[in-house]
Amino acid sequence: MDEFVKGLWRENPVFVMLLGMCPVLAVTNSVINALSMGLATTFVLLMSSTVVSLVRKFIPKEVRIASYILIIAGFVTVVDYLLQAISLNIYHALGAYIALIVVNCNILGRAEAFASRNTVVKSMLDALGVGFGFTIACLSLGVVREVLGNGTFAGIPLFGPHFEGWTIMILPGGAFFVLGAWLLLFNWLKERKKARVS
Amino acid sequence: MNMDSPLAIFINAALVNNFVLSLFLGICPFLGVSNRTDTAARMGAAVVFVMMVSSACAYGIHRLLIYIDAPYLHLISYIVVIASAVQLVEMFVKKFSPALFRALGIFLPLITTNCAILGVALFQTSREYNFIQSLFFSLGAGAGFTLALVIMSGIRERLELADMSSVVKGAAITLMIAGVLSMAFMGFAGIGGSS
Repeated sequence: MDEFVKGLWRENPVFVMLLGMCPVLAVTNSVINALSMGLATTFVLLMSSTVVSLVRKFIPKEVRIASYILIIAGFVTVVDYLLQAISLNIYHALGAYIALIVVNCNILGRAEAFASRNTVVKSMLDALGVGFGFTIACLSLGVVREVLGNGTFAGIPLFGPHFEGWTIMILPGGAFFVLGAWLLLFNWLKERKKARVS
Repeated sequence: MNMDSPLAIFINAALVNNFVLSLFLGICPFLGVSNRTDTAARMGAAVVFVMMVSSACAYGIHRLLIYIDAPYLHLISYIVVIASAVQLVEMFVKKFSPALFRALGIFLPLITTNCAILGVALFQTSREYNFIQSLFFSLGAGAGFTLALVIMSGIRERLELADMSSVVKGAAITLMIAGVLSMAFMGFAGIGGSS
């Protein structure tokens, strides 16, 4: 159980490890996009961790990174076509960033650091935890950016017709600001906790 | 200006749609190795080099995959080609210019996981650039990446001397500055047409 929980918060891939931030910044201008990106990444993470863990005894040490990348690329191709079949709108909104899940360092990182050394069940729990942690990070950016930038939540208007959106939140700069602000908040909480303990 | 001309593609990739600041590709090295201006410039040079090699390879692969009618192999073959291109470049540089090899150090193998490289290959495919256009696109993307990295490292060198609260130090302030830079780069929108 600990394998699952640690990825959610204590070792959150984005907020704590600062890994795989490209998609987090790029596609989180709306809640729906953020959620689909998170779920797509979770799927790839889960499947590739499972397979890597299954075949970990058969892969020679010298070619392991290349084999992991191939396994990951295979599942990303699956997600690419799957998303095209489920919703063409989301597919077009995410664009090349779906294919770019391949180079998300979280996935290769979990394969190398965890799945290649642990049993299948443990690896699956770990992958799910990290995946959901990643989804939470995507959502926490997506919610702030869409609510402030558009005045909507998942397309539903929140503030009535006279709301003037903060356009900067939808633009690329807004992504940096919101992620920076979240990190600031977490740093502040951590410092306060430390000050209380001592 | 004609949007398909090589010059327009170069300017568009380097400034208007800067890879780091408006497309969010290559954020990891952007945050990781932007401490010193000289390492940032070297990293940028290495990325430009690998980008052009892998872009040329990706163009060839794309033609081949169209020929054998297997579009679903794009992603897998791109990533394999990029990984081996980096390996090849590393061996080549080591053999012919040991001085440059030492200067680049760990940055060379790290480039494999730079999503900007794969991004170039994917974008040039989806925009259906021809060979010359692809080359200029990768050159522009690399130049834009280097520009962002060097500017960022210059600011961070100054920042080390600044008196800040310990809460904002580290990644938080770096991201805020990246946001300001990204806004500044939006001023280029309109040169060579919009995205």
